[in-house]
Amino acid sequence: MKELLEHINKAFESKARLGIMSALMVNDQLDFNALKELLDLTDGNLASHLKALEEGQYIGVHKQFVGRKPNTTYHATETGRKAFSDHLRALEKLINGNR
Amino acid sequence: MREVGTPLETLHEIRDMMEKSSRFLSLSGLSGIFAGLFALAGAAAAYWHLGLSLRDPAYHQYAYTEGRLNSDFISFVLADALLVLVAAITAGIYFTARKARKQGQSLWGFTARRLVFSMTIPLVAGGVFCLALIYHGVMGLAAPATLIFYGLALLNGSKYTLHDVRYLGITQIILGVIASFFVGYGLLFWALGFGVMHIVYGTLMYYKYER
Repeated sequence: MKELLEHINKAFESKARLGIMSALMVNDQLDFNALKELLDLTDGNLASHLKALEEGQYIGVHKQFVGRKPNTTYHATETGRKAFSDHLRALEKLINGNR
Repeated sequence: MREVGTPLETLHEIRDMMEKSSRFLSLSGLSGIFAGLFALAGAAAAYWHLGLSLRDPAYHQYAYTEGRLNSDFISFVLADALLVLVAAITAGIYFTARKARKQGQSLWGFTARRLVFSMTIPLVAGGVFCLALIYHGVMGLAAPATLIFYGLALLNGSKYTLHDVRYLGITQIILGVIASFFVGYGLLFWALGFGVMHIVYGTLMYYKYER
């Protein structure tokens, strides 16, 4: 059991972070408002989850201006993609192991 | 923040998030059915107004008198088409909004915007192209052209919504291409594509996703 859990990534334990990573796996990039709409979180809450994923280098951030409005987009990094795939595989193993 | 549940639940959540973040899933089959009904009504109105018959359905012969655009004909066709378009879009938005509300999704979220924008370019190009066809006196190709460009718009948009839309798009393109060789039957092909096929695919999607 221990080695099965080895790849279960702590960074993806919360539903919000898992959601952010899932969305960024299938979209080249998403902006803050799109993520907010998908996850139904408050600004502060979403920002703190994004910060944590950014610090873990699972996601990258682009800041730019659209006209005068600041627009921040997020994308999954290589590290993030790999970690997420490993996490998925570990989950699958857990499911198959329990059968 | 609540922790994630069992691995199976987690996998389901991941799949749901991947789906709903990449595609607009609230598109209602009823939108298609009503668009089809309005298109059939519009085609029927044109038949009746122009006094066409199934054996002689060539609408374009009325478009020009002595080589010049017949303005009565053009204004009737444009009014008819515009009415169908407005009715179809209104019903489309109504039923899709209803489905979105049921699913707890927003009607005009980023996935919906992405879908609409991806369809806009082929549609605008097609619209302008049809005006050019009328201008150059080849009205007979306008009906096939609307089918082809609408099909291309659906094909392009299908990346961002329910997969079935892709096959509806391909069907419209095929009908449009065939119709361009049978110019006299343009209106019939148009009714088949915009009318019957919308109803067929709308019904299919309704039973697949909304029952």
